[in-house]
Amino acid sequence: MQEHYIYPEFEVMRNKDRCIACRVCERQCANEVHRFDTELGVMIADEARCVNCQRCVSLCPTHALKIVKSDCRLRENANWSDSTIKEIYKQANSGGVLLSSMGNPKPFPVYWDKILINASQVTNPPIDPLREPMETKVFLGKKPDDIRRDENGELITEISPQLELSMPVMFSAMSYGSISYNAHASLARAATELGICYNTGEGGLHEDFYVYGPNTVVQVASGRFGVHKNYLEAAAAVEIKMGQGAKPGIGGHLPGTKIVGDISRTRMIPEGSDAISPAPHHDIYSIEDLRQLVFSLKEATEYKKPIIVKVAAVHNIAAIASGIARSGADIIAIDGFRGGTGAAPTRIRDNVGIPIELALASVDQRLRDEGIRNNVSLVVGGSVRSAADVVKAIALGADAVYVATAALLAMGCHLCRTCQSGKCNWGIATQRPDLVKRLNPDIGSQRLVNLMNAWRHEIKELMGGMGINSIESLRGNRLMLRGVGLTAKELEILGISHAGE
Amino acid sequence: MKLEGEVRIPSGCAIAAVISKDGKGITGDLIYNAMKPMHDRSNGLGGGFAAYGIYPEYKELFAFHIFFDHRSTRKECEAFLKERFEIVKGELIPTRKLPQITDEPIIWRYFVRPLSSLLISEQVDENEFVARSVMKINTSMKGAYVFSSGKNMGCFKAVGYPEDVGVFYKLEEYEGYSWTAHGRYPTNTPGWWGGAHPFSLLDSSVVHNGEISSYDANRRFIEMFGYKCTLQTDTEVITYILDHLIRRQGLTLEEAASVIAAPFWSTINGKPEKEKEKLTYLRTVFSSLLITGPFSIVYGWNGGLMALNDRLKLRSMITAEKDDRVFIASEEAAVRVMEPDAENIYAPAGGEPVIVRVKEGNY
Repeated sequence: MQEHYIYPEFEVMRNKDRCIACRVCERQCANEVHRFDTELGVMIADEARCVNCQRCVSLCPTHALKIVKSDCRLRENANWSDSTIKEIYKQANSGGVLLSSMGNPKPFPVYWDKILINASQVTNPPIDPLREPMETKVFLGKKPDDIRRDENGELITEISPQLELSMPVMFSAMSYGSISYNAHASLARAATELGICYNTGEGGLHEDFYVYGPNTVVQVASGRFGVHKNYLEAAAAVEIKMGQGAKPGIGGHLPGTKIVGDISRTRMIPEGSDAISPAPHHDIYSIEDLRQLVFSLKEATEYKKPIIVKVAAVHNIAAIASGIARSGADIIAIDGFRGGTGAAPTRIRDNVGIPIELALASVDQRLRDEGIRNNVSLVVGGSVRSAADVVKAIALGADAVYVATAALLAMGCHLCRTCQSGKCNWGIATQRPDLVKRLNPDIGSQRLVNLMNAWRHEIKELMGGMGINSIESLRGNRLMLRGVGLTAKELEILGISHAGE
Repeated sequence: MKLEGEVRIPSGCAIAAVISKDGKGITGDLIYNAMKPMHDRSNGLGGGFAAYGIYPEYKELFAFHIFFDHRSTRKECEAFLKERFEIVKGELIPTRKLPQITDEPIIWRYFVRPLSSLLISEQVDENEFVARSVMKINTSMKGAYVFSSGKNMGCFKAVGYPEDVGVFYKLEEYEGYSWTAHGRYPTNTPGWWGGAHPFSLLDSSVVHNGEISSYDANRRFIEMFGYKCTLQTDTEVITYILDHLIRRQGLTLEEAASVIAAPFWSTINGKPEKEKEKLTYLRTVFSSLLITGPFSIVYGWNGGLMALNDRLKLRSMITAEKDDRVFIASEEAAVRVMEPDAENIYAPAGGEPVIVRVKEGNY
């Protein structure tokens, strides 16, 4: 039986007048697209291998290269799109589940882009962040219902453990294994310099990175990889991963070929064995089981560290969050359906879960309706793309946000969405030593610091414009938001008015 | 056009206050005359006063001042009050007809005592009982609005300029040891008397000048604790915040001030260890009650006044003294009307509370 031929998605356009046949593109492409034809003395390309990661384009010294979308298309059909048909060919060829990487690329509504931010005019003054203090520090964790005093009437200032962040942004979970050692090093160093946190994901914590513990969130996921006493003790907070926005309801799979050397040791599993995280935690089949794991981890860390419970945004998220808020968790992290991933079944990534904006709005309101909003902090991710998204998320009710895709982009990712191949030309989603070394942690961490400092400036400018000089006065301040082009139902769920109202 | 409560209306304002530390009587004309030089800070769409110590003969009873839109509403509301309170006295609040003050509602006051059987069955103290009853009337009884509910104190407010409102209510006939006043400059014409200030719950009252930028963050947080912000005004939410912090949480005035006008983290970090710990605790625990944006407020209660500015001092406010009296106002001109020889004129820094208490036993 003959396989269906699928015409390459991209074409490599090489300007022959500029190309000097230096072969940089050939050396840089782990996908082996470029090749030097010694007989003809020119560079040629096998475009079927190209993923449009832009590595060759970026490094070509004479700017002779560009990658364009191929215009070779099947006959147009409004129902059967080109990609739908080609996916059928692929599945007919292989019999397998389609895999994809990074966040849902489909044209679902992006609510962030339909929300606008307020500014002060006349009745109260905007505040200039260059002249006045503008505070972005947040504390995540449970706040007490009532104050207590000692026998002398002095306030007892002891409270549940809090995670202190200099700005309301954290780098979200990406495991060592799914991304490289140098990528982890960049994230850890940047988080430390910024006074925020990064997150280990479920791959354990490499021994070299224990030194960044005060700025590390360690994850306990369903596979329990790399979880041990020192791991929990090293961290600033412990996150129980129940789900992920890109693939709600399923677990993870890191193939044995990637379980080598340090990764095997960090995950505490034998080299070459597949790392399979089950879909559920097999000790959590209901909310009361979650409570037991929360308190097991609290016992293990002597109640010194906040416990985060991370869930994917799914239909019944408000009720789920309410249950988590009563489980003893200090922080709830909710991951929207546009969140990234190193690999997920395409059908799940593109069709399961709900937008984070709606999930956040309904969870924040539900927790307030129940009077328990102060029992937990809310962190949202998937996907927060800019300082404006951060401000909108905080005003809808989040205490902080998780960003990962933006962090990857800062380190060089070009969002080609083929992390699952393990051949990341940018040295991020790969374990091949020759590729990993392309990401210099000195530069990677500096770029992450730059990005967050830029966002911090922008957050302050937006806050100042609203006449707000502290981030806590923005949290849940939905009057500062207006919708454009949204239906009455969408506005009702978001809890905001339409522009002009 | 939407009424107050259906829409959020920012407004600018004038405030003034006077208190006798010895608890000596001051008649209301002193304070309403003080509002005259600040006439341009109001626009005739709201003025009001809070007076402390004016009902000594009923000092053990809660004094409810209520607006009714109709006689039938009053009957309905009285029926509700009778189910929950012993009504010792009910009467029209005396007013003087003026061309400047029109469209007045029916304005009554009641001196009431909560039924002790209900206090036991609802398992609350009398303050909580009264607060819940007031909240119930104001949220669910259309056309009735309780605008004052404390003991031995009362609010008087109307749509109009404050100096006219004072004359309308014949405030020169009342004698109290402490007065606060408010002239309003709202940005539309709600024409509703309940929207005027002060805003009051139990014996606390707030007059406020400013437009806070943290409003919805504050409102959505405080509503978790049973308060319902029906007016959508800053003054209302500030009153509830102070009630929550002081009456329910038991914070001192200074502690409450360092919640709503919290020092900056950079200031907190420079404090001695003990102080730093306390301020960090308050800012962390009550972070959603931090108020940002411009405000100057005078918070009144039985026995004292507190003046407070936002932490950047984005609104004018000064204090002054003379003998046993302390004066507070948006402008010095108002103080000079009350006391031409006022001394120690002082502009409190942003977030610095000025607390004046009447000597114990003198009120």
